[in-house]
Amino acid sequence: MNEPAQQPILEVARVTKRFGGVQALSRVTFSLAPGEVLALAGDNGAGKSTLIKIISGVFRPDDGEIRYNGQAVHFENPHQARHAGIETIYQDLALADNLDVGANVFLGREPMRRVFGFPVIDRKRMLAEAQKSLSVLDIEIPGIDRPVRQLSGGQRQAVAIGRAIHWKARVLIMDEPTAALGVPEQRKVMTLIETLKANGVGVIFISHNLADIFAVADRIAVLRRGILAGERKVADTNPDEVVRLMVGV
Amino acid sequence: MPGLTSANKLSAPPSPARIVAWLASARAWLFLIVLMIFFEGFAQLRLGTTFLFNPFNLQSIAVFTVQPLLLALGQTFVIISGGIDLSVGFTMGFAAVIVSHMVNLLDPEVGPWLSLVIGVIVALVGTAVPGLINGLLIARLRIPPFIGTLGMYGVARGVAFLLAGGTTIPVNNAPLAYFGTGVIAGIPVIVIVALVILLALHYMLSHTRFGQYTYALGGSRPAAVRAGIDVRKLTVWLYVLSAVCAGLSGILYTGRFLAGAAQAGEPLLLDSIAAVVIGGASLFGGSGSLIGTLIGALIIALIQYGLVFVNVEPFWQFVAVGVVIIISVLVDQSQKRIGGVRQDE
Repeated sequence: MNEPAQQPILEVARVTKRFGGVQALSRVTFSLAPGEVLALAGDNGAGKSTLIKIISGVFRPDDGEIRYNGQAVHFENPHQARHAGIETIYQDLALADNLDVGANVFLGREPMRRVFGFPVIDRKRMLAEAQKSLSVLDIEIPGIDRPVRQLSGGQRQAVAIGRAIHWKARVLIMDEPTAALGVPEQRKVMTLIETLKANGVGVIFISHNLADIFAVADRIAVLRRGILAGERKVADTNPDEVVRLMVGV
Repeated sequence: MPGLTSANKLSAPPSPARIVAWLASARAWLFLIVLMIFFEGFAQLRLGTTFLFNPFNLQSIAVFTVQPLLLALGQTFVIISGGIDLSVGFTMGFAAVIVSHMVNLLDPEVGPWLSLVIGVIVALVGTAVPGLINGLLIARLRIPPFIGTLGMYGVARGVAFLLAGGTTIPVNNAPLAYFGTGVIAGIPVIVIVALVILLALHYMLSHTRFGQYTYALGGSRPAAVRAGIDVRKLTVWLYVLSAVCAGLSGILYTGRFLAGAAQAGEPLLLDSIAAVVIGGASLFGGSGSLIGTLIGALIIALIQYGLVFVNVEPFWQFVAVGVVIIISVLVDQSQKRIGGVRQDE
C-alpha cells in the first residue's frame, strides 16, 4: 500500500531535550511516511511524552531538528503545529461534552450564514460536513446532533479523529488511544487507525499494549531513558524482543 | 458485532435515562403549568373568580418579572460559562443611582430626552466598570468567580450608597416615566423593552460565536482553549455583559418607581440565580437557555404574586421558591448520574 521510496511526511533528527539536570531525550532520530503507522513504545519515563510534545509544538528541542513534509519546522505552540497538519489526540480528547458532533468539529471555526443581514452560525452545514468527514473514515455515530457526552468512549475518540481529518491533518499523534476503552471499542479504534492509514495519514501511536501495537503498526520505535533503543519493522520482530528493548536486557 | 455497544443502547426504546433527561429539559415548563393550574383552580373553587384570565393579574406578573429577569439574562450567560455573578444586585442599584443623578442634573439644562439618553449611556458605561473588574479578576488573576463577585458585591453596594448619599433619589423625567410605567395596547412599555432585550440576547447566545464559545467554555475549558478561543477575553466580556444587564434593570427600576435607590436590586440577586437554575441551566456550567430563564423568572413572579393573591402569608413565597430551586437541582443532578458520560464502555 505505501511505497517505501515515498518521501517521509515527518522526520525527527537528533532531537535532544534536558529538563534541569535530567536528560529527557538524547539524539532521537526517526521518520514517518504518509500512510504509515509507527508505534512508540517504552516504559514510564522513557521520554515518549516529551517526544510527542516536541513534535506537537508544546516543547522546543534543545538540539536537533523536526522536518515536516521536507521542511525544517520550529513550532512555537500547538496551534502552529496543528495549523501545519500535525494533530495530537490526548486521552482527554479535548471535546466540549455539552456540544454536538458538528459543533465540536468546527469549534473556533464555525461557518456563518446571514439571516436578515445578521450573521448566524450555520448549524446545518456543520452537521452535514462533520457527517461527511466521519463517513470518509467509516465512522457511524447515531444522533450526530446529540451532545458528545452521550457518546461512548470509542465514539468520542472517533469524533476527535474525525475533527483532525476534517481540518486536513497529515500526521496524527495518538496518546494511548485505547487505554480507557472496553475491548469492542478498542477493536473499533484499531480499525479506525487502519482507515487513516489507507487515507495516507501518518500515525504515531503510543501504547502500552503490545497486542495493539502488533495488530496495527508497521514499525515500532522503542525508547529507553531518553534514547532510541531500537527500531523494528513489525514483520521482523516479536513481543519478546520489544520488551527486551524496553527494559534493556 | 459491527456496531458500538452504546450505539445499540442509544437507539433503544425510552429508558429511565431518557425519561429523566426529558423531565430535566422540560422541568421549567412543567413547574409553570402546575403553578398556573394550581392558582387558577384555587381562584375558581375557593374565590369564585379567575386568576389567569384577568388582564390585570397578567400585567402585574409581567411587570413583576422584568427586574429579576434582566438580572437573570446576564446571569445565564455567566452560569453557562461555568461562573457566577453575585454582584448584580448592587450593580443594578449603582445604575439606578447614576441615572437618577444624571437626569436630575441635566434635565434643566438639555431637556428631558437628551438628559435621559446621556443618563442611560453614563449609567451603562458606569455599570460596565464593576463587570470589567469582575472579569479581569476572574480571567487574569484566576480568582474564583464566587469570591471575586462577592467582593464586588460589597464594593458596588458601598459605592451605590455613597453616591446616593444614603437615601432614595426622586426623579422627575417624563420619558423615563413613560418607559417605566407607560402602556401600549394593554402591554406595559417596560415589558416590551425587556422583551426586546431578551430577543437580542437570545440571538447572541444561540446564533453567534460569542454564545457558542460561552457554551464551549462551560462544557470544557481545555476544549475551548484547544480550539483557539481566547477564553480570558471571553470571560471578561461575559461579566461586562452581566453587569450591563443589571444596569438596564436598574434604569428601568428608576423609570418604574421614579426614584433611584442603591438597594434597588438587593432582594433580586438570589431570584436571578434561582430563575436561571429553575430555567434548566446547570450551576456546573455548559447548559442553559434564555427561554428557560424567562420561564424561571415567570415561575418566581407567579409564586410571589400568586401567593399574595390567594392570601397566603407572604413569607411562604420564600419557602415555595426555595423548594422549586431544590427540586430543579435534584432533577438536574439525577439526569447527570443516570445519563452521564459513558467513558468505560
